[in-house]
Amino acid sequence: MPIDILMPALSPTMEEGTLSKWLKKEGDKVVSGDVIAEIETDKATMEVEAVDEGVIGKLLVAAGTENVKVNAPIAVLLQDGESASDIGSSAAAPKADADTPAATAGDAGGKAREASEEAPAAKVPAAPKVEAASDPAIPAGTEMVTMTVREALRDAMAEEMRANPDVFVMGEEVAEYQGAYKVTQGLLQEFGPKRVIDTPITEHGFAGIGVGAAMAGLRPIVEFMTFNFAMQAIDQIVNSAAKTLYMSGGQMGAPIVFRGPNGAAARVAAQHSQDYAAWYSHIPGLKVIQPYTAADFKGLLKAAIRDPNPIIFLENEILYGQTFEVPKMDDFVLPIGKARIHRAGNDVTLVSWGIGMTYAVKAVDELTKLGIDVELIDLRTIRPMDLPAIIESVKKTGRLVTVEEGYPQSSVGDFIANRVSREAFDYLDAPVITIAGKDVPMPYAANLEKLALPNVGEVVDAVKAVCYK
Amino acid sequence: MADISITTKGAREASEDESGAMHTAGDITRIRLQFPHPPARPDQPADFSAITVPEAGILPVPPLDIEAGGCRDLALGMVRVLDDNNQPVGPWADYLGDLSADRLRQGLRDMLKMRAIDRRMLNAQRQGKTSFYLQCTGEEAIGCCFQRELSQGDMNFPTYRQQTLLVAADYPLEQMMGQLYSNALDPLKGRQLPIMHSARDYGFFSISGNLGTQYVQAVGWAMAAALTGTGKIAAGWIGDGATASNDFHSALLTASVYVPPVVLNVVNNQWAISTYTGIAAGKSETYAARALGYGIPAIRVDGNDYLAVMAVSRWAIARARQGQGPVLIEWFTYRAAAHSTSDDPSAYRPRDEARAWPLGDPVERLKAHLIARGDWSEERQVQAEAEILDEVNAVQKAVEAHGTFVDPQPISPAEIFLNVYADMPEHLRRQRQETGY
Repeated sequence: MPIDILMPALSPTMEEGTLSKWLKKEGDKVVSGDVIAEIETDKATMEVEAVDEGVIGKLLVAAGTENVKVNAPIAVLLQDGESASDIGSSAAAPKADADTPAATAGDAGGKAREASEEAPAAKVPAAPKVEAASDPAIPAGTEMVTMTVREALRDAMAEEMRANPDVFVMGEEVAEYQGAYKVTQGLLQEFGPKRVIDTPITEHGFAGIGVGAAMAGLRPIVEFMTFNFAMQAIDQIVNSAAKTLYMSGGQMGAPIVFRGPNGAAARVAAQHSQDYAAWYSHIPGLKVIQPYTAADFKGLLKAAIRDPNPIIFLENEILYGQTFEVPKMDDFVLPIGKARIHRAGNDVTLVSWGIGMTYAVKAVDELTKLGIDVELIDLRTIRPMDLPAIIESVKKTGRLVTVEEGYPQSSVGDFIANRVSREAFDYLDAPVITIAGKDVPMPYAANLEKLALPNVGEVVDAVKAVCYK
Repeated sequence: MADISITTKGAREASEDESGAMHTAGDITRIRLQFPHPPARPDQPADFSAITVPEAGILPVPPLDIEAGGCRDLALGMVRVLDDNNQPVGPWADYLGDLSADRLRQGLRDMLKMRAIDRRMLNAQRQGKTSFYLQCTGEEAIGCCFQRELSQGDMNFPTYRQQTLLVAADYPLEQMMGQLYSNALDPLKGRQLPIMHSARDYGFFSISGNLGTQYVQAVGWAMAAALTGTGKIAAGWIGDGATASNDFHSALLTASVYVPPVVLNVVNNQWAISTYTGIAAGKSETYAARALGYGIPAIRVDGNDYLAVMAVSRWAIARARQGQGPVLIEWFTYRAAAHSTSDDPSAYRPRDEARAWPLGDPVERLKAHLIARGDWSEERQVQAEAEILDEVNAVQKAVEAHGTFVDPQPISPAEIFLNVYADMPEHLRRQRQETGY
């Protein structure tokens, strides 16, 4: 069979080019590596080399021809014993796809899709089992201990470090100083400097060594003094931690927890007050957790440390000092990806997470006094998201309001509203309202800062609005 | 060592002359920026006169516990073992001792195989069988030799121009080519760009396309190895251009602080696509010298001298394994091929520049040394090249039968959903089911 010599691509984006010059003529012998032609695009000129041995049987495209499509046959190479009369069987009749654009990755995907449609039904797996992961039962009579979020986080890390010698914590001020916000209190004393490691001031650097250590099989907990500083490390988090398991065909991943305060504290202005929940929730490969209660912080941080994936664990400086009841159990671990019904109700669904819950909880108190029976869902995990919990609730109440501190455009609430409108449209009795911060960098002055964040009154008004009250 | 960067000195003087009459000495017209440019552009003859090539055999072999302060000559000079008569000379030659002919012939075969693969894969790209390829011509000695000095379980964090490490690790060619063709033999299941190999069991960490990220990860991997007492070491790789990235500096800083068992390699091949190496080097005399400021010992090496590569690799690896901490090696070499199949170097450098490179070609130099030893001949060279090309051709044909970019054989759509997470979350299982897989 004569071999078609195809128009080569100089780059993945090249679709066509000019065949500027032939360096071989019909009847010439060529061996692998011989330069047979020159082609050019608007970017560069390149030599076309022969891959196979043979005799040039026919030049199909004249020198100087412009707009020759990539992969279109440009010449025919005859093998031993073949003559020009054999060409008809190959290239004389142009291939159906010769005039179509280059075989791009997209085309390959298209063919894959066609193949999938022809696939036998036997390939279709059974319907996915819905994992009914739920919070562990707390045995009757379990002692409830009042503790701060800060203590719950410290206990979670200490328990996991006792249980697994591969777990260690690193970051700025985590050792001698006991944490910039005292979250790592006592860890250096118990576990020593090899497992509680002070780092130089380079978020990019210590996130990078954390990712490298995770790929070597350890279980690093990387503390950012705040997620605002982790902007410097986002390439390591997004491009390496989140994607390496996938890119390597499953060979190596990064079981790592990035944790630290996120979002606004008080009077720390634009560069220290940003909520990154929506940013990280955009990335496949990451799990994003943003709890509100001390019990959830503890149970979910323990789960995060055990999880084989990279985890973004978003805390909040204002929540660190707040106290909640935490069950006194030997191993209190909560499922990642499950929302918690903070308060059951029938009239309207209110969804929040993290610091947003502080507004929601206060709003519910006021709304209850007004006779509105709110179902308050604490999402706890942003990715993977427990959408079924929200959708089931909306099917019951017909109304939905979300609350978060982040910026309004492309917010987490926007994603929820979109999914609910697709999956529970017929159940909705009012448009979904998503409450977020104002669309401005955080100002410093106290009154302006307060204006930039959501407030309880806004939540109350939104709930009343969707209830038409 | 002469600084190989060239400033626009002539232009500056002319400008001063024009304006000198109106301004006094020390005034603002004396403030001028430097815009480094290469010694020659395409319309000029190749010019490497600014590169001083030191004599072979003049630099000492430092003790394994050398500190940065004792490395100035090693970082500013250049370790070279083969002299002009292709004979090994000096302390680094003594450090290597008597080398077997088999070990050296293995090195030659590794490099010939690498060159054959590069050539065939370049042709394959030109024929549209893969979207992209990138050769390492001229740099073969570095990775081919370094890998042979590592042990099982050590981990490289390479750039995309260290396919040499895979070849010398005897990574199956079927998998390498399967990845380039993105077909059923691709161990990365159609998810990653061609040339971005990933082979944990062969000590080859997944390549990051974001230049530099792997360098600091190598430090972290080495720290983990030290914390868990595995005895394994890491090797970070970066090009001269990417030393400008903050990953390079983060890696040097963290390696300096925690002194993990890591060898930090800088392959200085003079070109970052079309960007001349002086734009990354600035006023620094060598890349090796950068490490001294971080307190990390550093050595600059003739990267086209297989024996120099072997000697310094062996020394650096021994140092790391003995717990003496990091070392930076600048491999001085030349990127003889285009940056990639998307690049045409004739647009920015003289066509004959590779031939004018003062450190020669690594294959030719090792071959000449083997012949000088009486362990090789021109005939055996021709025969070896033909054998290797046959072997590569045979594998290429077999791998192409599984599909190429021209004739893609679809990868199962199920693959798109796997390995996003270690465990598949419900929403991905649902999406997978919706596609029928």
